[in-house]
Amino acid sequence: MSLSGAWYLGLAAVVFTIGAIGLLVRRNVLIMFMCIELMLNAANLTFVTFARMLNDIGGQAVVFFVLVVAAAEVVVGLGIVVTNYRRRATTMADDMNALKG
Amino acid sequence: MVNVAYLMLLFPLAGFLVLVAFGRRMGDPVAGWVGTIAVFGSFVAACVVLAGLLGLSESHRVVVHDYFTWFQVGGLSVPVGTLVDPLSMTMCMFVTFVSAFIHLYSIGYMKGDRDYTKFFVYLNLFVFSMLLLVLGNNLLITFIGWEGVGVCSYWLVAFWFHRESAASAGKKAFIYNRIGDAGFLVAIFLIFEKTGTVQYESGPGGGIFGQLPHLGGGTATAVVLLLLLAATGKSAQIPLFNWLPDAMEGPTPVSALIHAATMVTAGVYLLCRMNPVLHLTGTGAEVVAAIGGVTSFVAATIACAQQDIKKVLAFSTVSQIGYMILAVGSGAYIAAIFLMVAHAFFKGLLFLGAGSVIHGLHDEQDLKRMGAIRRYMKWTTVTFTIGYLAIAGIPPLAGFWAKGDVLDNTYAHYKVLWVIGLVTAVLTAYYMSRLEILTFGGRPRFEQPGPQGEPALAEPHESPWIMRIPLIVLAFFAFFAGALDLPWVHTHDLQSFLAPVFGVDLYNDHLGDSPLWYLAVADVAAALAGLIVAVWLWRGDEVYQPALEPAFLQRVWYWDDFYDTIIGRPSQRLATFCAWVVDSRVIDGAVNGTAHLAKVTGTAARRLQTGYARNYALGIAIGMALIIGFMLSRVWWGG
Repeated sequence: MSLSGAWYLGLAAVVFTIGAIGLLVRRNVLIMFMCIELMLNAANLTFVTFARMLNDIGGQAVVFFVLVVAAAEVVVGLGIVVTNYRRRATTMADDMNALKG
Repeated sequence: MVNVAYLMLLFPLAGFLVLVAFGRRMGDPVAGWVGTIAVFGSFVAACVVLAGLLGLSESHRVVVHDYFTWFQVGGLSVPVGTLVDPLSMTMCMFVTFVSAFIHLYSIGYMKGDRDYTKFFVYLNLFVFSMLLLVLGNNLLITFIGWEGVGVCSYWLVAFWFHRESAASAGKKAFIYNRIGDAGFLVAIFLIFEKTGTVQYESGPGGGIFGQLPHLGGGTATAVVLLLLLAATGKSAQIPLFNWLPDAMEGPTPVSALIHAATMVTAGVYLLCRMNPVLHLTGTGAEVVAAIGGVTSFVAATIACAQQDIKKVLAFSTVSQIGYMILAVGSGAYIAAIFLMVAHAFFKGLLFLGAGSVIHGLHDEQDLKRMGAIRRYMKWTTVTFTIGYLAIAGIPPLAGFWAKGDVLDNTYAHYKVLWVIGLVTAVLTAYYMSRLEILTFGGRPRFEQPGPQGEPALAEPHESPWIMRIPLIVLAFFAFFAGALDLPWVHTHDLQSFLAPVFGVDLYNDHLGDSPLWYLAVADVAAALAGLIVAVWLWRGDEVYQPALEPAFLQRVWYWDDFYDTIIGRPSQRLATFCAWVVDSRVIDGAVNGTAHLAKVTGTAARRLQTGYARNYALGIAIGMALIIGFMLSRVWWGG
C-alpha cells in the first residue's frame, strides 16, 4: 500500500505546527532549538514530498542546503547558549532580556 | 606728461602701504612726515598732469588711459584706467593741495596720540580713495573710490572709538552712506542695462555718453534720482544729512579733510560727471535743485543755534554743499565746481582754525566757554577771520564770487529757489558772525567755571608753526580763489577751462551781463544784513540767549527724533518681537517640538521591545499568518 502525497504534507503541517507552538510557549532555549529543528524538518519533508509528486529533483536538492544551514545554525546557536550559561547559569529565554527597551 | 596720471594715485597708495608695513617702527613724527610727503608728491604729480593737459588744444583735453582689464564677463569689459579731463584735474588739484596741508597740520595736531601712525594710514588711504573716485574712467572704479572714502570716513570718525559717542557716530556715518550707496549701485545697473557699458566716454560705442539715445527720458530721470540718492548720502543732503554733524566726533583734521575738502564733494562731483544724463531730464534736474536749495536753508537755520564750534561748521558745510547741488540742478555745473574749490579752501581753513582753537583750549569745543581768543592766538584769529568773511560772502573774498555765481544761475532758472538761496546767504553771514563773535570777541569766559560747574580752563596758547603754516596758506587761497573765475574775465579762467566738459549748449541760458550787478548788490546786502544783525544781537556779554537758540533748531528740526520714531523704534520693537516671540516661540518651538515628538514616539515604541524571544517569535508568526491569509484570499476570491 502506498500512501498519497497528501498524507506526507499533512504530517509535515502537523510537525511544523507543533514546532511553531513549542517555540512560542516553551521557555527553555534548548527546547526552543528543538522546536526550530522540528519546523525545519517539516519544511524538508514538504520539499521532498513535492519533489516526488512533481518529479522534480530540485526540491530534494534544496533539502541538502537546508540541512547544511541547519547544522551551521545549531553550531552557532548552541555556542551562544553554552556561553550564556557560563555567564548566567540559566538556559531560560526569559532571563535573556538585556535588549528590553 | 598727461600719461603720468597714475602717479597721482601711486603716491598716496605707496604712502599707505609703507605706513602699514613700517609705520609702527617710524612712530611719531616720522610716520606723519611720510604720509604728508606722499600727498605732496601726489600734488606735484597733479601739477605735472595739469600742465600737460593745458598743453593740449581745448578739444583734445580728454585723455583716457586703460592700464589693464579688471574683468571681462560676456560683453562687459571693465578696464582699470584713468580719465584726465578738466573736471577731474580741477578736483585733483584742490583735493591733493588741501589734503597735503591738512596732513601737515595733523603732524602737529595729533602729536602724542596713542594711534598716531594709524591716523596717517587712514588719511593716506582716504586721499587715495578720493583720487580713485575722481580719476576713474568708469562707474565701477568710481564706485570703488566711493566705497573707499566711505570706509575710511568710518575709521576716521570713529578714530577715538573708546568714546561711546565717537564709535556710534562712525556707525551712523557708515549706515547713512550705505543707504546712498544702494542708490548708486542701482543707478549703475540701470545704466549698464540700457547702454551696455559702464565707461564714461571711452570703450565701445563711445561709453555711456556715446550711448545716451538708449537712455529714455524715464530711465534718465530714474538714473538721476538714484544718483541724487547716492549724492545725498555722501554729500550729506536731506534726507540723509544727519550723519555729518555727528561725524564731528572725529579728530578735527579729519573734519577738515572729510567734511570740507574731499568726501562730501564726491556727490557733487558724481552729478557733474554724469551731466549729460542730467541734461536729458528736466524733472530730475528740478528735484536736484529743490533738494539742494531746501537743504542749504534747513542746515543754515540749524547752524544758527548750535553750541559746539565744530557742529556750527558741520551744518555750514551741509548748507554750502546744498548750494552746490542747487547749482548742479540749475545746470550751472561750473558754478558748482567753482564753489566747491572755494569751499575747500575756506572750509578747510575754518576747520583747521577751529581745531587750533580747540587745541589751544585743551579740547574745549563749547562756544559759550570761549571768548577773547583774539588776545591769545593772533595767527589763528586773523586766518580764521579771513575764512569767516569768505564764507559769509563779503567781497572781494572767494566766497562772494563763488556763491554769487551759484545764486545768479539759480536766479536764471528757479526764482523761488533763488529767494531761498538769498535768505540762506543772510543766515550764513549771521551764524558765522555769531561763531566769530563768541569765539574771538567778548570776554574770556573760559576763566570762569562752566554752567554745569566745569572747572575753569587754563589760558590758551597759540598752536605750533606746523599748524600755523597750513592756516596761512589756506587763508591766502580763501582770500584770492575768487580770481579763478571772475565774471568779467572770459578767457584763461575756470569757466573756459571747464566748458568743454559740460558742453557749450548747457550754458546757453546763462545770464547776460546786465542783471549781474544788481544780483551782486543783493548778495552783498544779504551778507551785510546777516553780519550786522549778528553783531547787534550778540554784542553784549550775555551768551545764553534761549530766544535766539530755539530747541527746534538745536535739535536739528527733530530730524533725528523723526528717524528714531519712524525707523529706529519700530525696528527695535520688531527686533524685540523677533527675539522674544519668533525666536523663542516659533523657531525654538519647532526645534524643541521635533525633539519632543521623537521622545513621545520613542517612549511609546519602546514597549514593543520586550526583550523576550517568544514575543518576537509571536510577531513573526502573526506576520506569517497574515501573509498566508492574504495569499489564500487572493486564491479564493480570485484577486
